Amino acid sequence: MEPVLSLRNILKRFGGLTAVKHVNLDIFPGEVVGLVGDNGAGKSTLIKCVSGVYHPDEGEIQFMGQTMAFSKPIDARRVGIETIYQDLALAPNLNISANIFMGREAKRRYFGGLIKTLDEEKMLSESRRVIDSLDIRLPNFGAQIDKLSGGQRQAVAIARAVYWNARLMIMDEPTNNLGVPEQRKVLDLIRKLRESGVPVILISHTLPDVFAVTDRIVVMHRGHKVAEKQTAQTDSQTVVEYMVGARSDVRAD
Amino acid sequence: MALESQTDVSTLTATQQSVRAQRHVLLTLSRVWAWVFLIALIVFFSLSVSITSEGDVNFLTLRNSQNILIAITPVLLMGLGQTFVIIAGGIDLSVGWVMGLSSVISALLARDLVARGIDPTPAIFLAFAGGIAASGMVGLINGLIIARLKVPPFIVTLGVSFIVRGVALLFSGGQTVAGLPTQLRDFGNESLLYWVGGGANQLHFLRRPEVTGEQLRALDRILGWPVVITAIVVAIAIFLLHKTQFGRHTYAIGGNKEAALRAGVPVDRHTILLYVMSAVTAGIAGLLHSARFSGGSPTAGDPLLLGSIAAVVIGGVSLFGGVGQISGTVIGALIIAVLQTGLVMLGVEAFWQFIVVGSVVILAVLIDQSRDLIIGRAES
Ligand SMILES: Nc1ncnc2c1ncn2[C@@H]1O[C@H](COP(=O)(O)OP(=O)(O)OP(=O)(O)O)[C@@H](O)[C@H]1O
Ligand SMILES: [Mg+2]
Repeated sequence: MEPVLSLRNILKRFGGLTAVKHVNLDIFPGEVVGLVGDNGAGKSTLIKCVSGVYHPDEGEIQFMGQTMAFSKPIDARRVGIETIYQDLALAPNLNISANIFMGREAKRRYFGGLIKTLDEEKMLSESRRVIDSLDIRLPNFGAQIDKLSGGQRQAVAIARAVYWNARLMIMDEPTNNLGVPEQRKVLDLIRKLRESGVPVILISHTLPDVFAVTDRIVVMHRGHKVAEKQTAQTDSQTVVEYMVGARSDVRAD
Repeated sequence: MALESQTDVSTLTATQQSVRAQRHVLLTLSRVWAWVFLIALIVFFSLSVSITSEGDVNFLTLRNSQNILIAITPVLLMGLGQTFVIIAGGIDLSVGWVMGLSSVISALLARDLVARGIDPTPAIFLAFAGGIAASGMVGLINGLIIARLKVPPFIVTLGVSFIVRGVALLFSGGQTVAGLPTQLRDFGNESLLYWVGGGANQLHFLRRPEVTGEQLRALDRILGWPVVITAIVVAIAIFLLHKTQFGRHTYAIGGNKEAALRAGVPVDRHTILLYVMSAVTAGIAGLLHSARFSGGSPTAGDPLLLGSIAAVVIGGVSLFGGVGQISGTVIGALIIAVLQTGLVMLGVEAFWQFIVVGSVVILAVLIDQSRDLIIGRAES
């Protein structure tokens, strides 16, 4: 099977600090891959290279068999790489449908496209459709994002990614700051994505979550990828040892 | 036992309901308070002006209403561009002197073009185009420095404000540019409708009736051209902010700039456009000033800058960005003008205006904050 995403030798520096060091990683259709590691291990930096926030200093990103060079996040989104960020990428002052359509608003055209207005009805009904399809329950559909709970916001972010036909979903600590029921809900959404064939990269510090939903676990330590295990064939004790640097499958340089 | 607990539940819901109802009333009041306040002001001044003058002077007259509308045009025009900028999380401190620059440039062009033998009407059009272009250039400079070089808008527009001040004063030699074609003054002072009162009671459309003496004194200009132009700009602003992608992006940038960027909103380009828009609305105010007073004045806008920001704030636009409406800014400008006119008519010493307007600004922000408190309580 061809990988959806293939990272070759990715390296990213911030001034004198090398945050990601020669990382190789393949992601296949319909799999959920956990990306774990201690604070500052380079997880967010690595995935930001994939989502177009950063440009890697070395290495190659292949997506659906094509070499990619993203200069902006929207470039990555255009090919179907959707990212749910650790710091939520929603506008708190806008409502649900405005957020789902942010940057790609539906428009009505008048006078041969000379004047364009927002097509609020279309955005609202489409948002409703995708939210319903994910079994997400929201109290008040017209609500501003800052009136929603953390889990509901996360659900909106995921719904947005699904609506825009994500072909790869990246989630950076999606269950951060969520209550237990809401964490479950997000894990359910991840399983739903896998069922629909969308691969997911999940970054999380919560190992039980990672073991609950992933097929494969990748561990990073100080910028290196130090382990890559089938979830069924490892346990959290082993993963923690990799995370703290007590074990490593690669030689540090 | 069962009966008792049932009664308990029903009394509980009754109190809960009344609390909810109270909260609802409070919330609605805090949303529409500016309207209520404006109406209350008009009623107050209507009553108090006629009482203190023993019926000789009326606040609520056609002429007075038109004076108020004319008076708010520059403040409102500056406030309109400012509303967009502030909703997007920025601020534009340069608009005061941009208005002055536009007034000077348009006046110089009108004077010199006519002096070179160009017909007054095309000369005035060219002069207006020149004033707008000069303002737009200033906005472009603001926007480019803010968006591309990431300097905070407060600093950039403060610096540019000083620069524009210097440029406007240099161009005008520090004086009012006089000797403008009379057609320009006509444009600034004539109106869409004319009402001849005093018994004649005639309404004229577009053309000023030839009247003299007693009738001339009874002639009222309704919707002067500056008011008409400002109304058109208000309509465009409402459409842009509330109905188009441009407006939606303005809110998105003010709400979460990083999120807007990641979602593909062209944040830099949008920011530049916002500052150009802000400068252009100030530029229009400058043109109207030249026309109304038949002179190009470099200092025309400087005293109005803070008033325009006050109008925006009274209208409920948050300086933190992301929140606000055009209608709010219109009401804010109206409140300030009604206050000023009313106090003058009451014979209150002019300096009191500042004290009152300042208090209203703070009051407005307090009310907006209390709304968040009410909503916060409603949630928990
Ligand atoms: N924009 C930046 N500029 C400079 N240094 C950065 C930047 N972003 C990250 N770093 C550094 O790169 C290293 C890796 O950071 P990164 O955010 O990728 O870690 P992480 O694995 O996501 O950690 P966490 O689990 O805490 O989110 C850290 O040392 C961090 O300080
Ligand atoms: Mg991180």
